[in-house]
Amino acid sequence: MNIPRPSLAVYLMANEDAPALAEAAVRGGATVIELGIPYSDPLADGTTIQRAAQAALDAGITPERALELLAEIHARVDVPLVPMTYGAIVEGYGIEAFCRDAAKAGAEALIVADIPPEESGPLRDAAAAEGVDLIHLVAPTSRPERIESAAAASTGFVYLVAAVGVTGARENLDPRVAELLERTRTAAGDTPILGGFGVSTRAHVEGLIAAGTDGAIVGSAAIDAIERGGPEALEALVRDLAAGLPS
Amino acid sequence: MSSTNTAQHGTPADAYPPDDMGRWGEFGGRFVPETVMAALDELEAGMNEAFADPAFHAELALLARDFVGRPTPLYLAERLTEDVGGARIWLKREDLAHTGAHKINNALGQAIIAKRLGKQRIVAETGAGQHGVATATACARFGLKAVVYMGEEDMRRQRPNVVRMKMLGAEVIPVTNGAGTLKDALNDAIRDWIANVEDTHYLIGTAAGPHPYPYLVRRLQAVIGQESRAQMLERAGRLPDAVVACVGGGSNAIGIFHSFRDDPVRLIGVEAGGTGGALHARSLSGGKVSILHGSRSYVLCDDDGQVVETHSISAGLDYPGVGPEHAFLHSTGRAEFIGATDDESLVAFDRLCHLEGIIPALETSHALVIAERIAHDLGPTGDVLVGLSGRGDKDVDQIAARRGME
Ligand SMILES: Cc1ncc(COP(=O)(O)O)c(C=O)c1O
Repeated sequence: MNIPRPSLAVYLMANEDAPALAEAAVRGGATVIELGIPYSDPLADGTTIQRAAQAALDAGITPERALELLAEIHARVDVPLVPMTYGAIVEGYGIEAFCRDAAKAGAEALIVADIPPEESGPLRDAAAAEGVDLIHLVAPTSRPERIESAAAASTGFVYLVAAVGVTGARENLDPRVAELLERTRTAAGDTPILGGFGVSTRAHVEGLIAAGTDGAIVGSAAIDAIERGGPEALEALVRDLAAGLPS
Repeated sequence: MSSTNTAQHGTPADAYPPDDMGRWGEFGGRFVPETVMAALDELEAGMNEAFADPAFHAELALLARDFVGRPTPLYLAERLTEDVGGARIWLKREDLAHTGAHKINNALGQAIIAKRLGKQRIVAETGAGQHGVATATACARFGLKAVVYMGEEDMRRQRPNVVRMKMLGAEVIPVTNGAGTLKDALNDAIRDWIANVEDTHYLIGTAAGPHPYPYLVRRLQAVIGQESRAQMLERAGRLPDAVVACVGGGSNAIGIFHSFRDDPVRLIGVEAGGTGGALHARSLSGGKVSILHGSRSYVLCDDDGQVVETHSISAGLDYPGVGPEHAFLHSTGRAEFIGATDDESLVAFDRLCHLEGIIPALETSHALVIAERIAHDLGPTGDVLVGLSGRGDKDVDQIAARRGME
């Protein structure tokens, strides 16, 4: 996967509105779309994404349907697509079948929030066989050797967790981002690094860029915007955040 | 200093450790967001240091004796035995431990380790409230801040324990997600831990979760089996034919089973059979291999991997997962897992009240259902050891309401 530098990745929950929302996000300046495949017990997620996942499940969104929605998004927008989910969903589907069907639907990379590098062997092999990148996370609490292994194992981009905690919009990003980034950069080589968790304002995006990332990932704030005002509000938010990227 | 006197204690608490990945066979491991991986490494190191340190064992042993009241008695339930008309039924009285259940064994051990690691704040989940009370107690004893997540439905059905936790100074946070039961409380406790991992220890209440928790909890609960094995040899002059314990996440069961791993003794775990129909919490006898709360084990989930609704009259067994070591014992056939329904458990509850003058917890009543059955089948020459995991004080409101008692 080749993402533009700088990049703004926007996370959407897989639901029937997702294709239209993806178009709105891309109009606003999103350069990557992450599509959440809902799971009943999303441990890494705060209340906003939990609620969105539960609503999607209540609306009958299965992993199969989520991948169909991904294919629809693929037909409508021309940016890299990255499904994001949890280990139970990938394994429930079958690791190889999931990677194959995700690739067919247009996925260029995968994020599985609760499968750390040491548990990711079978997934990495299956993804590689389909030409799909596997993205790992590095966090402010990660020790140097873990940062190195996660960054080195990541292809596509490295997901830098910019706040300790679960997903969710917040005021301040973690003050250790700069240090974390420096270590990650050394290990990641040419692979881009995007910062996420808590990104909700243009100042956050500017802060991440100033720290030296290749861009930002926005999730909960995007979902909040959609709840407030649908695709228009999403497009406006993304446009505002994208203005924080260097041109 | 862990027990190596096999003649008296059976399998040492640290025998059968998980592999380097924290797995027994394919079960266990660490399936958690990156943010807490370092905390798990730190806890694993802290556990290893503590168990290698005589001072840790001395501190825990003193508390076990003077604070918890260990060793807990082994009691021959003569009238129950007579009424069943089969093997002798022996009760390992964890209900007599301070705070009323086995949960205190784990809570104190983890609190000491948390202190050693310099953590000031403890977060825990609770279902029946026994683990919450044990955690609140251990935190009061050690001057730590306790934050306990509890599902709203469980707060309703186990109200006395909510009050106890608050009296002990714990903050109880109601969980409204999902069905408002134990699984949902674990989710939110883990999320809190992820957000506060640097000063907070997650004090899980059962033998589940990411490595090293299942191993740590088993080592701390193995005292139940160590004591009861020695007590059986002394009192009955022989080992039991079977050991029976209820399984929620599996901490009291793994604790009592462990010492008998290498003995010719049947190990029988009793899961919540719920209504006897589709609604139950039989993760091992009715679930499939998946990932939940940080480890690979048997989970009650649908074909997509989504966790399904569970039901048990007992809040402590109403959980769709189970500890990975039980999954391993199930897969190798070393342990057997059987369900007992709500209704059967209520009958066993009454029988222990009326025949022995002991009010058992509803969780524990599930073990009694199967213990009676096994005792009957074994006949008079046999011996059955039951983990009497807790007392039923917490359940009196629920049962009284059910029966329209004043
Ligand atoms: C008295 C009692 N027994 C058993 C359990 C089940 O837990 P575990 O399977 O970890 O022993 C509980 C949990 O709340 C309990 O309170």
